[in-house]
Parts: sequence; structure tokens; C-alpha cells
Amino acid sequence: MSASVALRRRRGRFRQDGKGWVFVGPFLAVFALTFLAPIGYAIYLSLFRDQAFFGGTVFVGLDNYTEALRDPKFWEAFGRVAVFLVVQVPLMLVLALLAALAIDSARLHAAGFFRIVIFLPYAVPGVVAVLMWGYIYGDNFGLAADLNDLLGTTAIQPLSGSWMLPSIANIVTWEFAGYNMLIFYSALRTVPGELYEAAAIDGAGTFRTIRAVKLPALRGAIVIATIFSIIGSFQLFNEPNILRTLAPNVITTYYTPNMYAYNLSFAGQQFNYSATIAIVMGVITAIIAYVVQLRGSREAL
Amino acid sequence: MTTTVDTPRVVKATPRTRKRSATSPLRPKRSPLLTGVMVLYLIYTLVPLVWLFISATKTQNDLLSSPGLWFGQSFAFFDNIKDTLTYNDGIFLRWLGNTVLYVVVGAGGATLLATAAGYGLAKYKFAGRRAVFAVLLGAVAVPGTALAVPTFLMFSNLGLTNTVWAIIIPSLVSPFGLYLMWVYATDAIAVELLEAARIDGAGEVRIFFTVALRLLAPGIVTTLLFAVVSTWNNYFLPLIMLSKPNLYPLTVGLTQWSNQATGVGARPIYNLVITGSLLTIVPLVVAFLLLQRFWQSGLSAGSVK
Repeated sequence: MSASVALRRRRGRFRQDGKGWVFVGPFLAVFALTFLAPIGYAIYLSLFRDQAFFGGTVFVGLDNYTEALRDPKFWEAFGRVAVFLVVQVPLMLVLALLAALAIDSARLHAAGFFRIVIFLPYAVPGVVAVLMWGYIYGDNFGLAADLNDLLGTTAIQPLSGSWMLPSIANIVTWEFAGYNMLIFYSALRTVPGELYEAAAIDGAGTFRTIRAVKLPALRGAIVIATIFSIIGSFQLFNEPNILRTLAPNVITTYYTPNMYAYNLSFAGQQFNYSATIAIVMGVITAIIAYVVQLRGSREAL
Repeated sequence: MTTTVDTPRVVKATPRTRKRSATSPLRPKRSPLLTGVMVLYLIYTLVPLVWLFISATKTQNDLLSSPGLWFGQSFAFFDNIKDTLTYNDGIFLRWLGNTVLYVVVGAGGATLLATAAGYGLAKYKFAGRRAVFAVLLGAVAVPGTALAVPTFLMFSNLGLTNTVWAIIIPSLVSPFGLYLMWVYATDAIAVELLEAARIDGAGEVRIFFTVALRLLAPGIVTTLLFAVVSTWNNYFLPLIMLSKPNLYPLTVGLTQWSNQATGVGARPIYNLVITGSLLTIVPLVVAFLLLQRFWQSGLSAGSVK
């Protein structure tokens, strides 16, 4: 610990020349090609529209944007991921936080085993996770069917209309709670032992220590995990798109904004409007992520 | 959630010393209740995986007739593996090979680029350094999948769709990896060491490869592992970029098999989808378990900030 503090103190001194570009340049070149160019191209596309009869495209200014903002399909999709965001993200992060605190608490038997197993779903490809859960949810050979047999009902229908969003939330939680747990746990491990000693001398109990020492130490990690989860929710695509095969009547082509943009492009050939939807979602995501980051760091001061 | 122990009850604690004394000097008692609650979470984590494994031992008939969490009448595990690998002239092996190619070149390249750039940002000061940071942060906030459609159109104009480059080039950029390596390089490499190497007459690139890389190793393993996971799991990008099945990675191939179960001329091959899914998981799980020590230390360093 003291070594790294000493190292960090030296951080101030740098080489003052352009040699850094040798190392940063290659990354930036590919970054420009795969991030900046598509963003620019999407903005360009969003300003045009296909001409129905004559072919070719025509400049329409911001018309696509006004259309998007009045598009009920877009808002329905947006509302769905917003609900998802407000419910699933806090649940997942609280679960991850409790697990991290439990594993760090030293009160757990075999804490290392818990840590690795709970993290394991992260190594499972998202596609496989969805296929797996999709079958489990299903009537054919799923556990949902087993459970219904056991209870003598047909009440459990994870792939039906009103169950679908919670079913997707469950898959996403299963995939990523362990990953967030590990982020939180890693942050907890950096708390210096003296802080715990001091808390103990002051007579702080378990929960007091969590509130006064551990949670403040976790603030940065929580902000980062929240931002990543927000971005992930707004990008929701894999889970509904794969489950669509199992429940085509429940999941529409505009179930999430991302699915809407995808289907506009690849089923409807409406590339310009699709790019507009993508940009609108990108801007909304960036604003929310920025606000979270701002609030998170202001409260830290 | 658990029993509170307000004062340290060291007396009753077994004399076994805790490995990580840094966390708490109090040596609290282990709590069966807390362990019990965590076992529930553990079961939640494991049930789908256990289900997958058990299902991979069943024939298609057994899948439909036996309970999900217990074995069927026959034990078809090895037959399923054989069928998965040979179905459709062994297309699964082809997909596996594609995935490995995308992972080795894509994730390997991403790690190299992120390591060099993170090192450059951490150890050099140059005009535009701040701008680089701002652009990166802004771009990361833009949903990656929202970029997919314009990227597809761009690549289509360049004639890159339906080639391996359509998957490899976008995989080469890992902003998260760059962030991790930046934080890691800041602390792991002493500027004095670089100065000493310069005095000895070593060039900047040589210093990077001979001095810096070794010190960055735990961070590199972490970055590599996460890049491997994201490339191995990549679904959206190949889904839109590729229409030739013989270029598919495992993820897209498996969903295509799964889709066979519905629609006109449905030919369900559930047992192959399930066994293929299991085979897709195994390499990553093994990698994570074997490399535990590295990525866990790498992650802690990354979270210091």
C-alpha cells in the first residue's frame, strides 16, 4: 500500500514531448474508425430521407428528429427500457452490494468459493444465458413447466405478456449481478485496515462500520457500476431479440429502442430514420450518464 | 440480514488466523445465517447451469418427458457432443474456429492497443492529452450498439461486410481496457525506472517492450480476459455484419440453430443447442478459474480510482 502511495506521488513528472503519440496513436486511429466515424456518419444519415418514388435521398434537416420525438413506437420502447432501468438496475446493484459486503465481512464460511461462483455467470455468453433461461421459462421442457406440474397450476408463464419484462430483468440480473459484486468487492479490498481498527476503537458495530467506512469507500465504484448499468439498460437488445423466437406475439419489433433501430434498418431498409433513433437514444443515454456522474462526484465532496 | 456483534467477541473465535487481516482486525465470528442466505444466492446462480448440464445428457425425447433438474432414461451426453460437432458437416467446429480467430486477433489486438495507449497516456505528457480523455469519455457514453447500424452501412460501402474484418476491426477498441491500463500503468511503473532506461540509451518503444510490459502484466491479463469475454460473447455485431453461416461465431450460430425450432419447415434440434451452449461456456469458465489470481488483483488496482 505505502509503495503505491509513494509511486503515485511521483505521478506529477512527465516527459514533455510528442513521443506519447507513438503509443496512443494506434488506439486512436482504430477508435476514430470504429467510434467517431460511425457517429459522424449517423448524424449525416439522420439529416436525409429516402425519396419514395424517385429514388435517391433528399436533405430534410431535422425532420427525422421531429418525427422520432413524435413517434409512439419509439416512446413505447423508450418507456419500457426506462421502467426496466428504474426497477432492474437498483435491484441488481443492491443484490451485488449485499453480496460484496457479505463476502468482505469475514463472517462467511468459504467466502472465496462464493466470490468465484457468484461471478461465474459473467463468463457465460449473453446469448447462451438467454437461450438457457428461455428454455427454462418455456412450456416444453422448462423448469417453469415442472413447477406448474408440481403445483398443479398453469399460473407460471414467464414468456407471457405481463411476465416478459420481469423475465428479461431476471436474465440480466443473473448475468451481471456477480460482475458488479466483484467491482464492489475490489473497491472494498482497498480500504486500509487502520480505518476498521479506528471504527472498532470508536465502538462502531457491523452496520455502523458499513455505513461510516465501507459505503463511502464504495461511492466511486457505485457511480461507475450505475453508469454502466444505465448504458446497458438503454441498449437492451440481445435478450428480447433472442426471446422473440420463443414469444413472437409478446415481443414486438419495437420492444426496445435498439430493437426498433435494428428492425428499421434490416427489416424496413429505413436507414436514415434508424440512424436518427440511434442518435436520439445515444444523446439521452449520454445525458443521463453524465448527470449520474456529476451527482455522484458532487456528493463525494 | 445477520446477527450483529457490537463488540468484538474474540474469545470464542477459533484460533485460526484470517488470511486477510487488512480488512478487519476484529476477527468476527462466522455466521451460519449469513452463509445460509448466501447459499440461496449461490443456488440461484447455479440452477440454470446445472439445468444446462443435466439437459445436455438427454435425448430430445427425454428433454420433453423428464423433469428438468433430473436425468432422463438415457445418458446421451457423449452422443450429443458427437452430434453437435458433426451436425451439418461439422459447422459447429467451423463456428468454434471462427470464434477463436475473432478472439485471438480481436481481443489480442485490443489488449495490445489498450496497453500501449494506457501506458502512453499515463507516462507521457503531450499536447492534446486532455482532449483524448474527453473524447474517450464522451464516446463511451454513446451506446455501442447504437453505432452498429451506421458502422454496418460504412463497412458495407467499404466492402467489408461478410468478411472477418467486419468483426475484427471493431473488436480492436476497448475503452474499458484503455481505462484499466491507464489507471494501472500510472501506479505500476515508476518514472525513475523509465528515466534510467533512457539514460542507458534505450529508445521509447524498446523501453515499452522490455521494461514496461513486464510491470504491467497483471493489468494486461485482466484487460485481455475482459476483451476475450466481450469478443467471445459478441452477438449483435456479427449478427448484422455477416450473412454467410460459415463466417458465424458460436453465438450467432447457436441462435440460428435455436431458430430452426420454429417457423416453416421447423426442425428442432434442442439437444444440439443445449449441448452446443454447454461447449461454448466451458472454455471461458476454465480461463476465468485458472487466471483468478491475475484478474482479481488487476481489478482491485483498476478500482482504486
